[in-house]
Amino acid sequence: MLIKRPDDLPSSEITPEAVYLDRRRFLATGAVGLLLSADALAALSGRKSALSTGEAPNRLDEISRYNNFYEFGTSKDDPARHATALKTHPWTVTVEGEVEKPRIFDIDALLRRPLEERIYRLRCVEGWSMVIPWMGFPLATLLREVVPTSRAKYVAFETALRPAEMPGVGRKVLDWPYREGLRIDEAMHPLTLLAVGLYGNVLPKQNGAPIRLVVPWKYGFKSIKSIVRIRLVEKQPPTSWNLAAPSEYGFYSNVNPAVDHPRWSQASERRIGEFFKRKTLPFNGYAEQVAQLYRGMDLKKNF
Amino acid sequence: MRSRRLRGLPTAAPAFPDVMKALLFVAALLPLVRAGFVVITGQAVNPVEFVTHVTGTWALVGLMVTLAVSPLRWLTGRGWLLRLRRMLGLFAFFYACLHLLTYLWLDQFFDWTAIGHDILKRPFITLGMAAFVLLVPLAVTSTDAWMRRLKHSWGRLHRLVYPASVLAVVHYCWLVKRDLTVPLIYAGVLALLLGLRLLRRYRERTVC
Repeated sequence: MLIKRPDDLPSSEITPEAVYLDRRRFLATGAVGLLLSADALAALSGRKSALSTGEAPNRLDEISRYNNFYEFGTSKDDPARHATALKTHPWTVTVEGEVEKPRIFDIDALLRRPLEERIYRLRCVEGWSMVIPWMGFPLATLLREVVPTSRAKYVAFETALRPAEMPGVGRKVLDWPYREGLRIDEAMHPLTLLAVGLYGNVLPKQNGAPIRLVVPWKYGFKSIKSIVRIRLVEKQPPTSWNLAAPSEYGFYSNVNPAVDHPRWSQASERRIGEFFKRKTLPFNGYAEQVAQLYRGMDLKKNF
Repeated sequence: MRSRRLRGLPTAAPAFPDVMKALLFVAALLPLVRAGFVVITGQAVNPVEFVTHVTGTWALVGLMVTLAVSPLRWLTGRGWLLRLRRMLGLFAFFYACLHLLTYLWLDQFFDWTAIGHDILKRPFITLGMAAFVLLVPLAVTSTDAWMRRLKHSWGRLHRLVYPASVLAVVHYCWLVKRDLTVPLIYAGVLALLLGLRLLRRYRERTVC
């Protein structure tokens, strides 16, 4: 008879203490997860990352019921109601442009990659924030595989545009498809993540399934959802919110308490689940890792 | 002229308007009860934002319904509708008070420096605050005693509800991020309600 000594147990089989102590809630969130991804019950696992914050994550029902995903409607609860119609399988991500090896990545292969759990703060430009346990891999690993050329100065991203599955795109609230962009050094930064999961499961559709960007030091709208195309380009690409209101949403959109939105203050934020507001930190608290990317730049001008 | 008509109302009122008034009173409280239920049962992910939106919405709806009383009376000829108007206006003011209190307390935590800064610097806060300030004298002078005391000026004073409603709608339009559909619906309704008044005035003048 095999009696495992503690040393033989892989750490992945040990239930984390917090989960054990919180098992009722764990079961509850698991049940929500089942409802959210009934057609893709893939559980994901990933190793813990030193880049994670130690702050307590928001609950899955908070993260999945309060979303901005205008393709499914402009209310916070629209995406949870309407995103179920999005077919996230089959799905491919085309990576092209200024690269030596353009490729079309299949979502199944991307989901099989070694994943990390990254617990990041997310600060919305509207003045609220959450802490979210993403699962994914650095964007840099994917970009290195396609070998960017010396002309690749920026990376442009595009969300799927499917009028039949997206009730919100019938009206031109934004110039569809949703587009975002990063400078190449921002894209290659180790914090920049391509997320495919959340709380140990594939992403809920309203959170940008099957694959989305997460740039934790920028306002949430930079972290584009349900990506189908990534283009490496030489010139700064057009981005959706910047096209919609250039005076309100800049290309960089780094979280910055010193630069107010023209219509509201960015000095503080409401962390979902907390009663009192908290002060917003420069670069959403990631200044130590990313501030050097913007050395010498006037962040009031390049907001 | 309006106040004279009011004073001429019979004291022994028919039962129907009273029943309507009671029903309307309960109906006007329902949004508050529902909001309380949603917050207490934890259904709102961002409860402060939810309460801000609910109270703001119903202050605006209250203003629109109050402004609809006169046109409805002209169109239907039912004079008793006027007996509902004070309560409707006061409910609009009640929700506006809750809306302001939510902002001062739950959003700013009575940080008067930040609030002063907001009022000066954020046009949509400035407009919302101005709309509220215009409503205060209307609520204060809504009693019979004030009506008697102010005589004809009462009607003139209460025309402040027009600029207050316009400011409230612009306040809403100005704060939304991108999708103007809902605030523009309010703007359309308000334009209709004010337009009907202009039309009536024009007609009365041409008849004379």
